[in-house]
Amino acid sequence: MSVGNSRGTRPIHLVLAWGFVGIPLLWGVLETLRNALTLFR
Amino acid sequence: MGVLSILDRERTIAGAGYSRWMVPPAALCIHLCIGQAYAFSVFNLPMSRLIGINHSAPGDWKLTDIGWIFTLGIFFLGVSAAILGRWVEDGGPRRAMFAAALCFSGGFLISAAGVRVHEIWAIYLGYGLIGGFGLGLGYISPVSTLIKWFPDRPGMATGMAIMGFGGGALIASPLSVWLMGKFSTPRHVGVAEAFICLGLIYLCFMLVGAAIVRIPAPGWQPAGWAAPATPKKLVTTADVHVYEALKTPQFWLIWWVLCLNVTAGIGVIGQASAMSQEMFPGRVTAIAAAGFVGLMSLFNMGGRFFWASISDLIGRKNTYFCFFILGTVLYALVPTTGAIGSVGLFVLCFLVVISMYGGGFSTVPAYLKDMFGTRYVGAIHGWLITAWSAAGVFGPVLVNYIRQYQIDHGVAKAHAYNLTMYIMAGLLVIGFFCNLFITSVNERHHMGWSRPRIAPVTE
Repeated sequence: MSVGNSRGTRPIHLVLAWGFVGIPLLWGVLETLRNALTLFR
Repeated sequence: MGVLSILDRERTIAGAGYSRWMVPPAALCIHLCIGQAYAFSVFNLPMSRLIGINHSAPGDWKLTDIGWIFTLGIFFLGVSAAILGRWVEDGGPRRAMFAAALCFSGGFLISAAGVRVHEIWAIYLGYGLIGGFGLGLGYISPVSTLIKWFPDRPGMATGMAIMGFGGGALIASPLSVWLMGKFSTPRHVGVAEAFICLGLIYLCFMLVGAAIVRIPAPGWQPAGWAAPATPKKLVTTADVHVYEALKTPQFWLIWWVLCLNVTAGIGVIGQASAMSQEMFPGRVTAIAAAGFVGLMSLFNMGGRFFWASISDLIGRKNTYFCFFILGTVLYALVPTTGAIGSVGLFVLCFLVVISMYGGGFSTVPAYLKDMFGTRYVGAIHGWLITAWSAAGVFGPVLVNYIRQYQIDHGVAKAHAYNLTMYIMAGLLVIGFFCNLFITSVNERHHMGWSRPRIAPVTE
């Protein structure tokens, strides 16, 4: 685990961090929505 | 200084230029993983067919035995959050997240071994006990850190993390099904392999969270923000020690507020599928009911972020008033939706109710911060989680037994939930009054408070 406390956060760090959690979450939401659509068919 | 010193609180203090927006993804790395607990039921049927493969054979585990795995996990979530809250506060978020990662993924690996040798006690030990400790440690680990990084929007910050707990099930459910499908053969159910994969995936994910989390330097404040000169009536600037907080009526009132809100929600979550089909026979099929449950999961997740963010604007107490007033009206309306045959109105009622169920979880850390300060908010939150454990027993028992009682006394299935809905509405009315009685904590509970000296009486 890197510490690197003295270095600041670059925009790419934010993109990577949010992408790391956002992409799986988005996939989960889309899968759930796809299944939920059966309610309206 | 050993290798593990990298986990120390001092080593996690953010340097200049660190963006606080790195902390919510760190928290989400943990909560998206431990939220898997809500999706554990996808393993129930496959685990009941480990020997028979396509059907339960003699020697296969019963569903009632398998059900204990989740129950134990949630029980030890509450236990660990309560007893280790202070350890989490003192050691900082990285050490807690690291321990949570080891426990949660280790629980999966032990459970995989348990499935291989077909010993259910190994799964009770693995996922139930050790994994349960991972759940509890993981649940509370980022809470106080987020509150310290976002003093201007504590509700939104904790809402984001706790939204991850709701979202974790949305990922885990299809992922688990996909993994089991990949590893299953005509002579083998792929549960053990799926457990190993999930354990390793969650270990990596949670360690990334532990690596990127930071705590703010002492005295740090967001640029351009200053604490209000005149704090709001229910927002303290002082801190209350965790054990002192347990002696205050405010803690126990909030405990009941959470417990009653969760009881009302959790009772219908487990019954939503059956309830929708029984209240609208012939109109809501099993597949449509599964879709309804999926929608409820989305609203459970979204409500966690929405309501916690709203609480930053209107205050925590008012947010809970919304839950209790709106919830009472909606629960009381459900029997009418059945009577008039409106599936749309029924679905709408439950989606709003379930969003407030999620909102109850995510708004409560900021409520505690307002009442007891930031110093021990994580540890106090840990104790409050016991309200969730209690509600996990009350809610389903209430719904199941009342429904059965109604059916046993000749009530039609379509109307068997009506009484339950009115009882749920009644619980929310009690919750309303608990919330109403919450006032600011007496300053004698504040840390550093000393009893005022009484001047000697002079003639």
